[in-house]
Amino acid sequence: MSTFEFLMQGLLVAAQPMNLFYALIGVTLGTAVGVLPGIGPALTVALLLPVTYQLDPAGSLIMFAGIYYGGMYGGSTTSILLNTPGESASIVTALEGNKMARAGRGGPALATAAIGSFVAGLIATIGLAFIAPFIVKLALVFGPREYFALMVLAFVTVSSAFGDSTLRGLTALFIGLALSTIGIDQLTGQTRLAFGVPDLLDGIEVTTLAVAMFAIGETLFIAAQGNKGPDKVEAVKGSVWMSATDWARSWKPWLRGTLIGFPIGAMPAGGAEIGTFLSYATEKRLTKHPEEFGHGAIEGVAGPEAANNASAAGTLVPLLTLGLPTTATAAIMLAGFQQFGLQPGPLLFATNPQLVWGLIASLLIANFMLLVLNLPLIGLWVRLLTIPKPWLYAGILLFATLGTIGANPSVFELGMLLAFGVLGYIMRVFGYPIAPVVVGLILGPMAEQQLRRALAISQGDFSVLFTSPIAAVLLTIAALALIVPLILRARGRGEVLSQMAANED
Amino acid sequence: MKHFIFASLIACAMALPAHATDYTIMAPAAPGGGWDQTARSLQTALQQEGVSKSVQVINVPGAGGTIGLAQFASQQKGKANALIVGGYVMVGAILTNKSPVSLKDVTPIARLTGENEALVVPASSPLKSVADLVAELKKNPGAVSWGGGSAGGVDHITAGLIAKAAGVDPTKINYIAFSGGGEALAAILGSQVTVGISGFGEFEAQIKAGTLRLLATSGDARIPGTDAPTLKEAGLDVSVQNWRMIAAAPGLTDAQKAAVTADIQKLATSKTWQETLKTKGWQDTYLSGPAFEAQLAKDISATEAILKDIGLVK
Repeated sequence: MSTFEFLMQGLLVAAQPMNLFYALIGVTLGTAVGVLPGIGPALTVALLLPVTYQLDPAGSLIMFAGIYYGGMYGGSTTSILLNTPGESASIVTALEGNKMARAGRGGPALATAAIGSFVAGLIATIGLAFIAPFIVKLALVFGPREYFALMVLAFVTVSSAFGDSTLRGLTALFIGLALSTIGIDQLTGQTRLAFGVPDLLDGIEVTTLAVAMFAIGETLFIAAQGNKGPDKVEAVKGSVWMSATDWARSWKPWLRGTLIGFPIGAMPAGGAEIGTFLSYATEKRLTKHPEEFGHGAIEGVAGPEAANNASAAGTLVPLLTLGLPTTATAAIMLAGFQQFGLQPGPLLFATNPQLVWGLIASLLIANFMLLVLNLPLIGLWVRLLTIPKPWLYAGILLFATLGTIGANPSVFELGMLLAFGVLGYIMRVFGYPIAPVVVGLILGPMAEQQLRRALAISQGDFSVLFTSPIAAVLLTIAALALIVPLILRARGRGEVLSQMAANED
Repeated sequence: MKHFIFASLIACAMALPAHATDYTIMAPAAPGGGWDQTARSLQTALQQEGVSKSVQVINVPGAGGTIGLAQFASQQKGKANALIVGGYVMVGAILTNKSPVSLKDVTPIARLTGENEALVVPASSPLKSVADLVAELKKNPGAVSWGGGSAGGVDHITAGLIAKAAGVDPTKINYIAFSGGGEALAAILGSQVTVGISGFGEFEAQIKAGTLRLLATSGDARIPGTDAPTLKEAGLDVSVQNWRMIAAAPGLTDAQKAAVTADIQKLATSKTWQETLKTKGWQDTYLSGPAFEAQLAKDISATEAILKDIGLVK
């Protein structure tokens, strides 16, 4: 049978009413748990794995796929509405998405996230079906030095999201980098800056920091304003649905986000958040409405959300072709496969085509179900914003705390949540941007480890960092991204840039 | 509202003490890893075999299991229904992290499973045998980069033991730690490192597909279905197994300990568990009682010695 026939057969199996029902359950549960900050899709799948033992392989895979996609989308819902990113990949979504929600445009923000996720998931899943073997070859070319070059590029481009003062942005970034050095050094197994506290041995959890800085910090900030702050957010201004302009401004970011997210998700050490950072930076450079960035630009939601979902499908490339789980969720999926005596790996496409195509078909169906479930709910979701402020923020505090405890039952973790919340509050009061701290915590260890690995392999020879063609290209792009704005400014066009920068939050 | 209810359920599930006959198993790792899979397989088997009516799994990730272990030792003292999964990696982590809590602070019950380490090279590598690798290692130990899991873990320890047995200074080995066997696999396949070392299961599919060449395995016997020698057969006196075990809370009476051991014994010989071992590709290395305790003491002192040799523990 050809690839196409397998896919059609898989779709037929997945489209049976019972399987559609499983997909719906999966998407519902995934979304419900995904909105809890701190509880990601991995824990959800782990909790539900025993339930799926009772199902046949097809049904259980479909439910998996639904939970996976649902969990990812649930994270963006809270990011947009409540400014509480549930997982590291939806941090960028909170930047523009929450601004949109505050301006009464929560509906279009949620819609562009949902439709963008659908479009990206659709394209990336089809990509998974047809070009997985090629993508994985590309991914394997990436060694430590290429990853390091990618991190350098991410640092340079993301710095454009650092707000109106470079100094303040860099200060925030370095707070994040400093926090990222806490814990066991992965390459030597030695502890750094843990001061004998066992809870610090594994470093600071990204979700704890993100939830604390965004949600707790915000809550404290609002509470400190007392009655002076704006009284109530206008939940809906204009239509709940996307206008023609919204569509026109969204479709290109969706496609670009997919293009960025899919290959990065397929890289064994890529990670979904890198794709969202790069997508955000790209949209900011290309947009025709630079003045809106920082105040709720729809491109800044559409692109990163598409990148996030595309990279989720990208994660399945190394899982299916190499048996290589690159995220915690993928690792649990692998455990699920083994339950049926299947070992993903280079031979899986040849030995178990039904299963592979069944899974790909399930992803398509789950993706569709996500849209079916979430589009009608948008009107309901945005009404969350009409909850009176004290109740709303009390609820946010409750969710943030529950989510953190659920992910890591430890008193110390709660203490960190509060401490970082206070830090986030102080930074807000003095006008420092929050996102770079989280970005530093995510990118710092990756860049450090890859650099040290590259140098260990070369036994200390720095020239390896530039001699690989891919690394050289990435570093050149990074250098251009850094230098070109400087030249432009020197040639007297700086006003435009500073104008752009001044409008950032 | 739905998610709120769900969250409350999770919170309650964690807060409520379990019934006397119901076990709570701590997996001192994030969901998805080997210990988590062991704990969840135990959960299923214990329930299906009727050994326990309801079993809960709690994940406390971090620092090679030492965070979970510390929490377990302090909070579960004297509770006969609390279990924790652990293994060889924990032995190394306790030493390298200078953990204040060690396996002496819990009640080891039994060793359950084991996995041999595999030494592999990419198919395109000029290295064809362990002898080739040893020759390279003797020529310039730094030029041979080893890709494997976390520093001080079983992969790193095995690499150190191989170097030592080959007469090469273990502090000179160029070990590149990746965040797990999986990420290491990508680096090995992409020829980023000279040689790869990790659990056999991580490499099995690639070995079968011919993209990786198996040089040797670390057990006392060859792995059925492979033609690679054991390290001992290849002339290196090294035998390592990455085993996993189950332990109970500290401060149990002899009667309580015997009851837990009996339950685990019932589980280990059950049909469900044996089938789980087969589908997961885990070796049955069941060992309990004084024999296990003696083996554990031996493993701990051997691990301490090699970690000192590598220079990770002073």
